[in-house]
Amino acid sequence: MKKILIILLVLCTTLSFSKTAIGVDKNEEFNVTDMIMHHIKDSHEFHVLDWNGKAFSIPLPIVLWTDNGLVTFMSSEFNHDDNGEVIVSKNNQSFVKFHEKIFYASDSVNASNQYLTLDESSYPTNNKPLDFSITKLVFSMFLSMLILILIFGFSARNYNKSSDGIPSGIAKFTEPLILFVRDEVAIPNIGEKNYKKYMPYLLTLFFFIWVNNLMGLIPMPPFSGNLSGNIAFTAILALITFIITTFVGNKDYWKHIFWMPGVPVPMKLFLAPIEFMGIFIKPISLMIRLFANISAGHIIVLSLISLIFIAESVWIAPASLFFSVFISVIEILVVAIQAYIFTMLSALYIGAAMEEHEH
Amino acid sequence: MSLVLLQEVAVANYGPLAAIGAGLAAIGAGIGIGKIGGAAMEAMARQPEKQGALQGSAIVLIAFVEAVALFAVVVSLIK
Repeated sequence: MKKILIILLVLCTTLSFSKTAIGVDKNEEFNVTDMIMHHIKDSHEFHVLDWNGKAFSIPLPIVLWTDNGLVTFMSSEFNHDDNGEVIVSKNNQSFVKFHEKIFYASDSVNASNQYLTLDESSYPTNNKPLDFSITKLVFSMFLSMLILILIFGFSARNYNKSSDGIPSGIAKFTEPLILFVRDEVAIPNIGEKNYKKYMPYLLTLFFFIWVNNLMGLIPMPPFSGNLSGNIAFTAILALITFIITTFVGNKDYWKHIFWMPGVPVPMKLFLAPIEFMGIFIKPISLMIRLFANISAGHIIVLSLISLIFIAESVWIAPASLFFSVFISVIEILVVAIQAYIFTMLSALYIGAAMEEHEH
Repeated sequence: MSLVLLQEVAVANYGPLAAIGAGLAAIGAGIGIGKIGGAAMEAMARQPEKQGALQGSAIVLIAFVEAVALFAVVVSLIK
């Protein structure tokens, strides 16, 4: 009986990875990089699967700020075209989509039937309107915000309902996590006096990164956005940490950077540029650490699946799926650890900036 | 985590030098994680009652070493 269930479970995993199926066009070579990059990058639609050569996807709204004002339409009007060949006309303006970027269309087609002018490296030189679309990653960010609001809203309500301070319901799940962030991350690094001001930021970092990472692990739409593997997202989080440490830094902090006390003068001059670069490199390392860990996990899982297509034989599938599931289980651990490390390092930098030394 | 497949992706598109770079990063990660694992095992053998705390710290330190190796892989993946 157990064996039948295990076999059924393995078969179910084949279904959940089916969105990487390619079309029936056997003449094309299977291009591993293109497939992987298509899954890692942002997109204006949720591409679910290709069936018989036709792509089946859920379109997302496109919101553009053009010279003539706001233009909105659904991405299905581009008819799954990503090569700049289909024009959408709204408001006396025409737009084309090329590699998931929207440009103003040229008046006539070029040699490859595209409404664009390309330069030497095949990149269009047309102008672009300001793109505020709800793309796949923006949608998954909104979804994760909604999940967080629901979880913590209900937690707060459960605290209000109870009379003796012991909560009920989902607060029983979030309370140990919040206490963990307070007692292991905030207080040791920032200190008893000032930690309360920064608890909201640290809690937001921890849970927002964790929920976004987890959502990237689920292959089904609407959860399949790879938000924390996008360097713009991690850059903004690192930037906010950088802004907080810069504004919170007290005189000791800046003195330690530019004029390190307690060393001879030649050493002070030598250390100053290094410490100055260190101010910027620390948030940059935060950014790259999260981005690389999450993207690397996704690239590994996608590469393992594409082994099946490279070998062009279905008998690789059990081994490939076994390894994919194994890596995905490790990814669940890695995701939680990366959220914890980002939060802990942010708390460390904030604490180091406001530390009172006795010299 | 195996960086072998990242090397495969690097070779397929950005030339053999990128793959060599990613491979060296894998060596660095392997050595670092091995040293941390060895030290953690030894400490756990000396004091079995501290096993939980040592395991937690070991995993966090391994994540730091892994991150440095991934910096190198990111550089080798850039065109």
